[in-house]
Amino acid sequence: MIVVENLNYSVAASQILKDVSVTLPKGGITALIGPNGAGKSSLFSHIARLLPLQSGRISVDGMEVTPANRQELSRKLAILPQQVHFATRLTVKELVQFGRYPHCQGRLQAEDHKMVEAALKAFELTPLSHRFLDTLSGGQRHKAHVAMTYAQDTNYLLLDEPLNNLDIAASRALMALLRRLADEEGKTVVIVLHDINFAAQYADHLVVLKDGCIEREGKPSDMVTGALLSDVFGTDAQVAVIGDTPFVVP
Amino acid sequence: MVLAAISLFFGVISLRPSEIFSNSEAFGLMVDSRLPRTLATLIAGAALAACGMIMQMLVRNRFVEPMTAGTGQGAALGILIVVLLFPSASILVKMCIATATALLSSIGFLLIVRRLPPAQPLLVPLVAMIYGGIIGAGVTFVAYQWDMLQYIDTWLNGDFSGVMRGRYELLWIAALMTALTYVIADQFAIAGLGREASINLGLNYDQVMILGLLAISVVAALTVITVGAIPFVGLIVPNIISRRFGDNLRATLPLTALCGASLVLVSDIIGRVIRAPYEIPVGTVLGVLGAVVFLWLLYARPKHAR
Repeated sequence: MIVVENLNYSVAASQILKDVSVTLPKGGITALIGPNGAGKSSLFSHIARLLPLQSGRISVDGMEVTPANRQELSRKLAILPQQVHFATRLTVKELVQFGRYPHCQGRLQAEDHKMVEAALKAFELTPLSHRFLDTLSGGQRHKAHVAMTYAQDTNYLLLDEPLNNLDIAASRALMALLRRLADEEGKTVVIVLHDINFAAQYADHLVVLKDGCIEREGKPSDMVTGALLSDVFGTDAQVAVIGDTPFVVP
Repeated sequence: MVLAAISLFFGVISLRPSEIFSNSEAFGLMVDSRLPRTLATLIAGAALAACGMIMQMLVRNRFVEPMTAGTGQGAALGILIVVLLFPSASILVKMCIATATALLSSIGFLLIVRRLPPAQPLLVPLVAMIYGGIIGAGVTFVAYQWDMLQYIDTWLNGDFSGVMRGRYELLWIAALMTALTYVIADQFAIAGLGREASINLGLNYDQVMILGLLAISVVAALTVITVGAIPFVGLIVPNIISRRFGDNLRATLPLTALCGASLVLVSDIIGRVIRAPYEIPVGTVLGVLGAVVFLWLLYARPKHAR
């Protein structure tokens, strides 16, 4: 369970997050959605401890998110930031091995090697494991980064807009994998998404942000309605329901 | 090893291996001059190459190295200040002050680089050269005012001809420092992945940055004090190693050090051979070699993926 209490965040004179308090449930996939500039990434970055807290509190399973807990936190939650561009030349395997750093401080044991192999296999990267990252396509490189966070083997997985730059097949494959992690391995996935349809299809819980506040939260089937789109996103798109799942007609 | 042997036995007075133990004069020459010179060359080369690699990780740019990005110039400034203000200060004080100024100027460089757009990697080496140039110009100006130009020449232009027993031992501290960086080689490699990846993996990013800069500054300061600035080793060697073997520092750092040592040794031998019995300073030889290799790196880059 991730608990955020009274989080405020401002840059210069503009307040990005306004006294945000929210509880993200343990287990399942929670998606943060909202229009551009709503504060999704800012909220994400605070939970991921990429931004220092200005005011408020955040805790993960009762452990406070502060620099003092950095090592323990790195075994509790793994993060995939929005833009990852590495200047360094590493092979896929070396990158995934760095995911084990929080557990072994660089001295990989049998168990760590097993986890690395499992990560490579889960993302179908085994044949590419000795290729340098800069010789791969954008999609493959992205997969390698996700595999690294997977190898970190944390209960919480935080991803900031991981579907950017992925085609439809890769996007669906990644979401299906996250779904499987949540269902079969009991992981908690927190994901910032742009595409409401992906959120509605794969997430268990939606948190909607607007203008730095939590606008509403709940199950996708209750949340994704014409009213949400006109109130929060300011657009009058239609919502169709196929099976149980609502779809926004673009 | 072969190169080290050549360096030991070649010189103004040529030595034959058989003479060392039979001829006391030859033994003295070996212990007082040839051996220290060869060791100094190897240590300086290894330490500078390793530090170049670390600096490139910390700055996240392939085209910087301590000797051109202000660290070496900062060290020279420190020595100049000590010599001017406290001429009788011990070598240890000199070393500390030079390390401190080197560290300050590297931190200054890092702060500037952080403000540069990451999408423009070539801006960083340009800024580095200008930044290093400005500090270097400051050093020259102060030295000119106090009539000390010959002094700074020995600091800013690396040369091993003055190395003798008793005058290079400080370099062992640089060797030790380089060996210590290997202990946290993984952390430097992760820092090279960026701040976000470092935080994700539970690394104390700021601490790694400071430790890295400290190591670089100590090595730069000691090199400048004992033999003078040696450019380009820290640039060429890490680039070649990285292109061939990647950036997993735990695996590549020793190799980088070995190649750096060999390169500086070869340059020193070339400098001694080319117009014997006179010498060309190693800095000059490396400057020529380095400029060629650097151009090759710049032009060859687009052919490789990316």
